[in-house]
Amino acid sequence: MCLGIPGKVIEAYRENDLLMGKIDFSGIRKGVCLEHVPQAQPGDYVLVHVGFALSILDAEEAGRVFDFLKEMNQLEELEVPPP
Amino acid sequence: MKYVDEYRNGDAARQLADAIARTVTRPWTIMEVCGGQTHTIVKYGIDRVLPPQVELVHGPGCPVCVTSLETIDRAHAIAALPEVTFCSFGDMLRVPGSRGDLLQLKAQGSDVRVIYSPLDAVNLAAANPTRQVVFFAIGFETTAPPNGMAVWTARKRRLTNFSVLVSHVLVPPMIEALLEAPDNRVQAILGPGHVCTVMGCGEYEPLARRYGVPIVVTGFELLDLLEGVLRTVQQLEAGRAEVENQYARAVRPEGNPASRQLIDDVFEVCDRKWRGIGLVPRSGFKLRSEYRDYDAERIFAVDNIQTQESSVCISGQVLKGLRKPHDCPAFGKQCTPQMPLGTTMVSAEGACAAYFAYGRHLETQPARRELALQNGKACD
Repeated sequence: MCLGIPGKVIEAYRENDLLMGKIDFSGIRKGVCLEHVPQAQPGDYVLVHVGFALSILDAEEAGRVFDFLKEMNQLEELEVPPP
Repeated sequence: MKYVDEYRNGDAARQLADAIARTVTRPWTIMEVCGGQTHTIVKYGIDRVLPPQVELVHGPGCPVCVTSLETIDRAHAIAALPEVTFCSFGDMLRVPGSRGDLLQLKAQGSDVRVIYSPLDAVNLAAANPTRQVVFFAIGFETTAPPNGMAVWTARKRRLTNFSVLVSHVLVPPMIEALLEAPDNRVQAILGPGHVCTVMGCGEYEPLARRYGVPIVVTGFELLDLLEGVLRTVQQLEAGRAEVENQYARAVRPEGNPASRQLIDDVFEVCDRKWRGIGLVPRSGFKLRSEYRDYDAERIFAVDNIQTQESSVCISGQVLKGLRKPHDCPAFGKQCTPQMPLGTTMVSAEGACAAYFAYGRHLETQPARRELALQNGKACD
């Protein structure tokens, strides 16, 4: 129920007078309501719950746990994909 | 998948697990609130790779599990009405009421529909003006903005055949009730990541202060849970009791102001009965009186609800973290996902379902202390 899945905003449009977005989930595209994240731009990633975007994912914060691991000085040999 | 795969890195997970082991000097009991967090813990065997002094207790953060039996029976009674098209999230369909479930009603000819988004129910109502479309609006605060928007937009579109059966539950009052209980053993909490994307973290400050428990708002992936536990034990070992935000890529301290405004416009706080736990004051949302024309509980006067729970099921104790699924004599025997006795086995987020899904009912001896990884990569 509290499933929140990250998806990429492709484009915004209006439907039944609501702000919607075409969101890409690794190739699957769904219409998602963007009313509560109106500032989301194409290319942004949003957290989607039951067809609603609740939050825009912050790329800088997303990398923070990997900075912490780097500080632990053991990350050099890992292949961590860039966020 | 971006923002998912990188949080399942096995080597990073081992490093975090090692850091936890180096930090811990004495026993601690930590509760994760959300069913989704429980699933990740069981899936990767996080509870088994942590040092033995750290005990993870599974919280009642499964809205399907805690929807009261009266509400379930009322939903079934409404769904059985011939003029009603009853719409629900999929995971509610097999929740056992006193007599059967929604899926059985559908098999008997009732018009029960599974929907992904509450807006789907609104569109169904607009497209079928001769049907009474009722949407089963359950969930925590995370689902309140989507459910609220459905009602709000139905009113804006002047639909007269749409209504919602509301049974929202709120996390902070539930945490308070658990921490107040005389048999409480929980010393710290992994807070609800997606609830906090909506509500922010502020509601948890008074709880951390009043009860002296660290509350680390945590995400749902492997690295999120491990980092959440690490930050929690760091606080516990240092004698601190603060609110921290591990899930900062999704959670802002103030939450989502537009969502919170919509919640205020549509809902108000009320007392709520939690299945297996009992009445928790001011722990739910109901529709404001301005939206009474959309309130299915008012529109469909279904009386004589007489509830009957299974005498064997210990869901209530599992939800409060007092028992684990394998403590139940029926677990994996009379009670399975195919034939659930109670909500914690039926729900995708229930602790019993999690334990069963990852084979805990098959074990005869404790598993090796290793993360459930293959070739250094976390399994899907």
